[in-house]
Amino acid sequence: MLKNVSLEIAEGEFLTILGESGSGKTTLLRIIAGFETATSGELWMESERLDHQPPYRRRVNTVFQSYALFPHLTVEENVAYGLRVAKRPAAEIEQRVAEALDKVKMTAYAKSKPSKISGGQQQRVALARALVNRPRLLLLDEPLSALDANLRRQMQVELKSLQREVGIAFVFVTHDQEEAMVMSDRIALLRSGELEQIATPREIYNRPATAYVAQFIGHTNLLKGEVRGGVVNSGSLTWQTTLPDGPALFSLRPEQLRLAQNDAPRTAVRVRGKVVHQAFHGATELIRVACADGLVLIARTAGGVEPGSVIELEFSASDAIPVRESAERM
Amino acid sequence: MFSRTYKTVVTLPPLLWVSLFLLVPYLLMFCYSFWSITPAQTIVHSWNFDNYKELLQKTVYWQTLLRSMWIAARVMLFSLLLGYPLACFLSFYAGKQKDLLYQLVIIPLWVSYLVRAYAWKTILGSDGVLNTLLQYVHLTKHPLEFLLYSPFAVVLTLTHIYTPFTILPIYAALEHIPRNLVEASNDLGATPAQTFWKVILPLSIPGVVAGATFAFVLSLGDFLAPLLLGGPSGIMISNIVVSLFGAAYNWPLGAAISLGMLLIVVSLLFLSERLEKKWSFS
Repeated sequence: MLKNVSLEIAEGEFLTILGESGSGKTTLLRIIAGFETATSGELWMESERLDHQPPYRRRVNTVFQSYALFPHLTVEENVAYGLRVAKRPAAEIEQRVAEALDKVKMTAYAKSKPSKISGGQQQRVALARALVNRPRLLLLDEPLSALDANLRRQMQVELKSLQREVGIAFVFVTHDQEEAMVMSDRIALLRSGELEQIATPREIYNRPATAYVAQFIGHTNLLKGEVRGGVVNSGSLTWQTTLPDGPALFSLRPEQLRLAQNDAPRTAVRVRGKVVHQAFHGATELIRVACADGLVLIARTAGGVEPGSVIELEFSASDAIPVRESAERM
Repeated sequence: MFSRTYKTVVTLPPLLWVSLFLLVPYLLMFCYSFWSITPAQTIVHSWNFDNYKELLQKTVYWQTLLRSMWIAARVMLFSLLLGYPLACFLSFYAGKQKDLLYQLVIIPLWVSYLVRAYAWKTILGSDGVLNTLLQYVHLTKHPLEFLLYSPFAVVLTLTHIYTPFTILPIYAALEHIPRNLVEASNDLGATPAQTFWKVILPLSIPGVVAGATFAFVLSLGDFLAPLLLGGPSGIMISNIVVSLFGAAYNWPLGAAISLGMLLIVVSLLFLSERLEKKWSFS
């Protein structure tokens, strides 16, 4: 179920709809494609109202989660399907199909039936079948979720560069925040049918609007505090702020917390604690630090911090991003 | 998974049953078809091809066989024409009523064949429901005689009886079509009609073939509908077999015709299976 979702998609944009399962992201996609109708609201493409049009009249194509290739048609016939039903001239069909298959590197499999090619290849055919129609908007419903991790990462890159090349606006649905960060121009984060935030990946990471966004995208520390006279009091921590008086919530990314150094600026906030857990993440390590008043912070360090040791961490007051409380929703 | 003894114990009774009541009778029929009968009506166990020769030479058998096939073909055609749209409606548009409507297709199968055939007799007869109605509304002055005791009556009755047999496999095939294929077709710009011809129909061919085979094969071998409603012009090949095994008392010739029919039916089933395989893609 969707409530009060309003968004604009720019020409040639790669917009990702991100959300957990049940957040309504697929429903939103199906409403744009025309497979489902919204009980209220409107859908426009340029000056044309879409929501009264059947799916076959919309200049929108979909890449389905399970690809939905026609099993009785060859790869080539699948790709030609949209042009054939539009009754394009045979020569044009042949040329555009050949181009599309070439673009997704599937020319060698033109005569194969879908059941004879791999999942990754079916994915490419589904993409070619949609793109060959030159839609104004391409919808992709978790197209990479069925692929294994390596192929998935490779397809993320390919898909992104293909999108730049064809210049068609993509609406990409995924539940994988990393995938969303890597590929998108903008991310629309859905939660229980409502839009939490819509922004560029950088902005959504650096300036999360709500506590939910901050927690869904990457790791974060949520600090609950009280503002009085331009000063935040959060447990034993205090720092300056421009926020008005009242309760406030802050998101502090683990990489903004560093081991305290003597030459730190005076605006830095310092906190002591004991390292209780350490997780190796390749170039960096995530440590959990238990501080006073039951506060547990996650910090990203370059390594070399032993569990059990007592350390002092610091962060700049400006890195504690005020976020809205996310109300508990059904 | 199961022990050898267990498997043997479980499979032996049905195997015995099938051998005793299916294979042995077929074998007997096979033997009979090469034997002959004397004018004094005793069966002589002398092996010869006389029965088959008679079959090929006498036009009455050929004509009846051809008429039977023509009746069966019409039953098949009408069953498909009635059954396909109904199966389509059931599968795609019935919504919440799906289960109920499905049961309504099944229920006629519970009613005795004879009852259904007799029902048509009371509808089509010269004092029947239909003729009374037609005269009552002054569309006709006299009862229409061609309604009953004609190939028309046989085709009508058999279509009524065998349409559920075509609906069920077609419905199963339609239910098997992933709905996202229909959506994909729509999404790619195909109108509902184009989607039907290019996606739904090709993917339901196995069901159509199975349903058509049911209707044709079951009608071809039918003898009750022509007996009750066919009249002299509606005689089918099975009626001849019945009379040869009964009043005419010529078992060898009856057996020969039966084996010929068996050959036709088995070839049809073989062909149908090939077609179904060719059109299934999963």
